[in-house]
Amino acid sequence: MEPLERYRPIVDEFEAFLAACKRPIGNVVRVNTIKASVDRATTALEEDGVEFEQASWNPRVLGLETDSPGSTWASFHGFTHGQEEVSAVPSVVLDPEPGERVWDCCAAPGGKATQIAALMDDRGTVVANDNNLGRISALRFNAERLGATSLAVTNDDARNYSLKRFSFDSFDRALVDAPCSCEGTIRKNPDALDNWSEDHIHSVAGIQKGILRRAIQTTREGGTVVYSTCTFAPEENEAVVQHALENEPCRVVDFDLDLEYSPGVTAWNGDEFDPALERTARIYPHQNDTGGFFVAKLEVTG
Amino acid sequence: MVDDTDADGASEDGSGGLESNDGQRFDRLPATDAERTVEGRVSRAAVLEYFEDRFAIPPETFEDYTFWEKGAGKIWIYAGESPTPLEIEAIGMTCLRTRQEHWKPTTDFAQRFGRHASACVIDLEREAAQRFAAGEDQELAWEGDWGYLIAAHEIGGSREPLGIGLYVHGELRSMVPKGRQRDISRD
Repeated sequence: MEPLERYRPIVDEFEAFLAACKRPIGNVVRVNTIKASVDRATTALEEDGVEFEQASWNPRVLGLETDSPGSTWASFHGFTHGQEEVSAVPSVVLDPEPGERVWDCCAAPGGKATQIAALMDDRGTVVANDNNLGRISALRFNAERLGATSLAVTNDDARNYSLKRFSFDSFDRALVDAPCSCEGTIRKNPDALDNWSEDHIHSVAGIQKGILRRAIQTTREGGTVVYSTCTFAPEENEAVVQHALENEPCRVVDFDLDLEYSPGVTAWNGDEFDPALERTARIYPHQNDTGGFFVAKLEVTG
Repeated sequence: MVDDTDADGASEDGSGGLESNDGQRFDRLPATDAERTVEGRVSRAAVLEYFEDRFAIPPETFEDYTFWEKGAGKIWIYAGESPTPLEIEAIGMTCLRTRQEHWKPTTDFAQRFGRHASACVIDLEREAAQRFAAGEDQELAWEGDWGYLIAAHEIGGSREPLGIGLYVHGELRSMVPKGRQRDISRD
């Protein structure tokens, strides 16, 4: 927990934050509406005798009272997919529509890409990319289990991604759920901070900047780019968005999210960020009893 | 790959000057057998006919989807946009294995599109459904055709497809792939 001490100046109720980080997290699934309505999925859970609670902000997110969420008919049929509550946030903020072209830059293992497909009623094109071939097999497995027919899976470095292979030359929306230091997953992975270092944060921030810039470049004017991480470090969050604001045609926009969260910070370790960074969201574990998350919504302006 | 010999050089004149299949890329299926340019490749019409003849799935179910081949006889169903050919990891989902005597649909296809089927669907009681999901073979009575069937059970009062089973000699063999098998509690 020691690395988290650096966030004492920016986190309200810091002791409650630390205490929440030490608590294990419950089992949460997302209803996969490609295969079943929320009603049908919850009927299947009821018939299995599995108790559940719907998230207040999203009826498709269910907390389950079971130790084996994979051993239910709902899971076997792909009606539900294990996905932490906050990790269901960025696809909702992206708000894709049926028929659109959407790029998920760092898509494996596919929870968010299949959620995007579901939000589009599985109509349109979701290009699900990941640079890690090993994780691509998990992505493909999940896509098929969840019945997502609108996914095209690629294995490339997002930072110099080429659209030449496709029949279109820009996306309507892009999700950059970036590789990160994963501080916010500490409740799920108690060893998440074992190899923590500021050097690692700085090196991963460089990658994040490259991916976000490419996502903005490949998205049409007026299109949407969502940037998210599961970490608290401003170097990987606000500073990455700040870098995009300075180098690519885009602006930070507001979004509705019916969860408790804190605004993005505008200063960190002597660096000042654009006031628009207050429109980004920091979701802390003690606010909604979830993992930690950061999400920013950008509009491409050129 | 325009020459008409097979990769192993064993050309027979039955190929009629057709290209051989490049298993590394996605190629869109020709609309009909007459438009075929690759040896042994099935057509979209033949795929729709198979799903209609075998499972009574109406062809219009697939109006908004395209079908592709990658690998030897592996057919993929896709809802998105793409030029052909295409060299990427995956598009949509695998739905059918062709280039063999008995075509075999995938379990994931059966789960995704099997609700449109009204023939060759075998309805399983609770315990039989659990055994099927666990990948077990079981003896069951079935009056219909032998071969690949869609196994289904009931959830909330309506039929839900479980996957593909092979019915032969009074036995239903679960074709649910290992990674998709589940032990659902048998209380």
